[in-house]
Amino acid sequence: MIDNLLLLTQVPILGVDLVIQGLFIGAIFALVAYGLALVWGVMNVKNLAQGDMVILGGYISYQATLWGYHPIVALPVAIVVMFMLGWLIYAVIIRRVVDRDMFTSLLATFGLSLLIQQILNLIYGPEVKVADAGFGDFELGTFIVIQNVRLYSLLMAAALALAIVIFMKKSRMGQAIRATAQDARAARVLGIDTDQVYAFTYALNAAICGAAGVLVAMIWVIQPYYGIVYSIRAFIIVTAAGLGNLPGVILTGFGLGVWENVAGFVFGAEFAVAAVVLMLVAVLMYRLVQLYRVRQVVR
Amino acid sequence: MTSSASLDLKLYGVLIAVAVLVPLFAPNYIQTVAVMWLMILMAMTWDITGGQMGYNSLGNVVFFGIGMYASAIVQISQFSDVADYTASFGAIVVDFTPGQYFTGLGLGLAAGGIAAAIFALLIGPAMLGLRGPYFAIGTLGLAIAVAELVSGWEYVGGGGGISMPVYPGPPAAGPFTFYILLGLLTLAAHLFVRWLYSTQFGLAINAIRDDEDKAEAMGIHTNRYKTIAWAVAAFFMGVGGAIFGNMSGFIEPLEVAFPTTTFGIFMVAMALLGGKGTLWGPVLGAVLFHIVKQVTWTYLLGWQWVALGAIIIINIVYFQQGILGWAQDKWPEAFGLTVDRGGAARPAAGEAAE
Repeated sequence: MIDNLLLLTQVPILGVDLVIQGLFIGAIFALVAYGLALVWGVMNVKNLAQGDMVILGGYISYQATLWGYHPIVALPVAIVVMFMLGWLIYAVIIRRVVDRDMFTSLLATFGLSLLIQQILNLIYGPEVKVADAGFGDFELGTFIVIQNVRLYSLLMAAALALAIVIFMKKSRMGQAIRATAQDARAARVLGIDTDQVYAFTYALNAAICGAAGVLVAMIWVIQPYYGIVYSIRAFIIVTAAGLGNLPGVILTGFGLGVWENVAGFVFGAEFAVAAVVLMLVAVLMYRLVQLYRVRQVVR
Repeated sequence: MTSSASLDLKLYGVLIAVAVLVPLFAPNYIQTVAVMWLMILMAMTWDITGGQMGYNSLGNVVFFGIGMYASAIVQISQFSDVADYTASFGAIVVDFTPGQYFTGLGLGLAAGGIAAAIFALLIGPAMLGLRGPYFAIGTLGLAIAVAELVSGWEYVGGGGGISMPVYPGPPAAGPFTFYILLGLLTLAAHLFVRWLYSTQFGLAINAIRDDEDKAEAMGIHTNRYKTIAWAVAAFFMGVGGAIFGNMSGFIEPLEVAFPTTTFGIFMVAMALLGGKGTLWGPVLGAVLFHIVKQVTWTYLLGWQWVALGAIIIINIVYFQQGILGWAQDKWPEAFGLTVDRGGAARPAAGEAAE
């Protein structure tokens, strides 16, 4: 660990490389977290199956490569398929969870996450899979090598995020979603079919996850059990940034990507997941300290 | 409530009868029933915080793993340096005399329980400040983090795991011993928890579940009660983990010691299935769950995990009040509850809004 730190001080360009790579992966984390913030904010469901939906999207693009297509072809397919799947999951499970206490939604989606993991495991086996895009890479300066696929996925993530933001601001459904998030009862009084809004929100979240999963499968590897770490990353980002705070979500996503990359380098790759999860505990503790401070003021 | 006390006695009688009859008539099922004792223990200790105190932990399995590793370290360090032992990958094998082995086992079990309880006392004040879903997510994160840290810790063998000391004596005696130990532990835990719920402590944690701020305003030191309740659960989980580690003979962080997605979630599902916040609900839930699990394991080759995920979802989404909760709603008099028939129906404890 000390060696790695020394190496960083001696070769600062390495640090720059770590940060840049971290920013690229952070964009995808931010995308997944935005989906979670949407579902959390609108229908108050903590979707622990978030990461497994990402992995599911990844397997869709892997399946595309098995059939001889380029994985990028799978992006629109994954969005459509996951949207429909999200609607189905809402109709069967989430609808009955929305107005129950929060632990119920957490546990139900945890069961869902188990289900997705195990079905993927049965179909594709527990081996690590990759959907190779074959885009090559380019050099920035002398030391920093950037894979083109990371650059493209950053651009795609940005385009997706932009599309979602415009959709939420301009479209009729987007306005209905925001109205429901503010006050579901008032929205219902004003004639908004909140059940439909919930279904659409959950399906939209699934589609976002599916798209993120296609990018994940191209950049890294996928495996049926990798989902939980994506869920935890999304929870870290949303808990730290707060709901309905898109700039915050994006910034925290980038920050988490950088932290993960740097921590994985400094502490060693075997502690990378631990670094992410401990970050979750740290963020929760920070929130707690903040809360205590607020309570003190009230007293 | 004499009727409920005699009911308790009958139920204890049933459990003890099962515990005695299984080794006599169905010795092949000793391992399975031993795991069932463990499942009962897990569901019951989860219910101390989950059902009675309203703090739904998704990471109680962390105490199980800590107890397991603490006992492994204590037992192994009796005859060898732990680092050397794990580095040798099973090359160092020591034949114990029964006396040495059981001394080590006893020390190991004590160490397992104490280490887990100390861990709970240390992190309790911080983690238990989180409420509702944040506590659930935080504990889940904690369990995963500890599992990952242990897999990277070379001293205890990292992801490769440790072989536990070999049980001295005939091969059939080992499972039988651990069967008895787990059965006794579960019985002791149940008696302890039953006593605990009947004291002021039980009332205090129930008050915390019903309205924590009000409980605090009434002068209950909520943080102290919450931490102690969690530490009690941790102690029993730690001892259970220590016994289970010795029973399986080989421990490893992700699948055996900190199985967040199996035992970690099973204990919640079992308590909810039976009815959380009741004394016998988790026991009933664990027994039923274990039977269903064994049957699906036998007949649904490959699909058992999918079936299990589906069972958990159905249980939580469609049947959350649990079997005993449902029975309490239907026949409240049998549970010594009085119902105000004239007033509006009150939600059951499990369904109460947060």
